[in-house]
Amino acid sequence: MSQYKVVHCNINGKNVEKAVDVRASLTDMLRNEYHLTSVKKGCEVGECGACNVLIDGEAFNSCIYLAVWAEGKHIRTLEGLAEPDGRLSDIQQAFIEETAIQCGFCTPGFIMTAVEILEANKLYTDDELRKLLSGHLCRCTGYENIFRAVKKTMYNRLGKPIDF
Amino acid sequence: MYDIKALYEAESIEHAVSLRLEHPDAQIIAGGSDVLVQIREGRRAGKELISIYMLDEMRGVSLDDDENIRIGSLTSFSHITRDPIIQKYINVLGEAVDMVGSPQIRNIGTIGGNTCNGVTSADSASTLHAWEAIVELTGKNGVRRMPIKDFYIKAGTVDIRADEGEIQTAILIPKSSYENTYGHYIKYGMRNAMEIASLGCSVNVRLSDDKKTVDRCRIAYGVAGPVPMRAPSAEAVANGENVSETLIDEFALAVLNDINPRNSWRASRDFRLHIAVQMAKRCLLESIKKAGGVIQ
Ligand SMILES: Cc1cc2nc3c(=O)[nH]c(=O)nc-3n(C[C@H](O)[C@H](O)[C@H](O)COP(=O)(O)OP(=O)(O)OC[C@H]3O[C@@H](n4cnc5c(N)ncnc54)[C@H](O)[C@@H]3O)c2cc1C
Ligand code: FES
Ligand code: FES
Repeated sequence: MSQYKVVHCNINGKNVEKAVDVRASLTDMLRNEYHLTSVKKGCEVGECGACNVLIDGEAFNSCIYLAVWAEGKHIRTLEGLAEPDGRLSDIQQAFIEETAIQCGFCTPGFIMTAVEILEANKLYTDDELRKLLSGHLCRCTGYENIFRAVKKTMYNRLGKPIDF
Repeated sequence: MYDIKALYEAESIEHAVSLRLEHPDAQIIAGGSDVLVQIREGRRAGKELISIYMLDEMRGVSLDDDENIRIGSLTSFSHITRDPIIQKYINVLGEAVDMVGSPQIRNIGTIGGNTCNGVTSADSASTLHAWEAIVELTGKNGVRRMPIKDFYIKAGTVDIRADEGEIQTAILIPKSSYENTYGHYIKYGMRNAMEIASLGCSVNVRLSDDKKTVDRCRIAYGVAGPVPMRAPSAEAVANGENVSETLIDEFALAVLNDINPRNSWRASRDFRLHIAVQMAKRCLLESIKKAGGVIQ
């Protein structure tokens, strides 16, 4: 017997509501009900970060988060980053410029963690940045370019000259 | 989709207690970072769940009337690390839980889940043992409190009376435990992120006013036995003694009288015994430094 619950939340700035199967993960809800397919299904046990989204400003692996817990929350996914006219956000642009993307599977998750990092408006050290990015696996890039893209955007936003 | 038989969402602590009494076979889910993974693995598949995750009244750190630190059981690791009360009085707890899994896991994982799972490797557990935390449970007969040492019954089993509707509502650090006390935690693992401890060691000290004598020293381990444990003979060696290098060495060797690690794929018993001594040494040294002591 399926059990459903209406979940009201704000996704990428829009108030929405839908009846959701209580057995759904937040990944299931975002992909299947709202077609936000930047939210990837990787390991589905909280280890790889491919499903990462921001909930009330903090990064969560949506694969180990019940969809019904989204009630009343503000959720942001990669789809909410670009301007309405399609212009990319600075962090997305930096990923392209630094060749921080190969297959792209890990990219949305990484970028949403980067958004949380950047919104702290702090100048993190390299070690701190590496620790903050450590909840994501990338099987392609070797991480160095991802690290550079985030670091560069952090320096740019704080108006500081960058030295790699 | 998770294989869940039914989900009951608690709307208050009292409601959670009554849901437990109504559904005796249901299991509590807090942040779900253990429970949901075990459902995926099949170990907990097909069960009824009572979710307490939405109970904001169980979140946050505060000081009670007697200045004991009160940590709501649903407080996430990242919120503990960032909390000013934690940073001021028991910074080592914030540092210890900042070594859990990854940033995303630290946003979802709760200190309640980290203790109720009864797991010896839990990164908060050795520090909570070393600071003699008090566990608060709320059930149909009201509130029950006990020292964390008594909360752990055996590996994976803690003293929560489901038949009395109990849930863990807070963890307390008494003022007498944290006053003038400084500590250090070391997690030994193969890598820095996404790693369960091969061994965890947490030490804290309170020095005399002139900083020359160890007034009180406490040490606890994770993964040195089936549940987190103190090392009483090591503590006895250090208590009341003058701060010195020899004392630190004697203290560290004495842990071998207390701990009983096992062989596992993560590390052998012998290796764990070896690093236990080194970790005790480094943790005590660091704690003494933080307390303003100087090694003679
Ligand atoms: C990828 C990954 C990496 C991890 N790395 C680490 C690590 O490095 N170190 C570490 O210590 N842990 C780690 N964990 C384990 C987990 O994140 C922690 O144990 C966490 O503290 C569990 O908290 P939770 O709220 O998510 O618990 P849940 O999964 O909700 O619950 C855990 C258990 O406690 C019970 N429970 C929870 N809260 C209560 C309560 N208030 N009252 C009564 N019963 C309760 C539940 O019934 C269940 O049995 C990791 C997990 C994942 C998925
Ligand atoms: S898919 Fe969620 S962490 Fe891997
Ligand atoms: S770009 Fe392929 S996994 Fe990261």
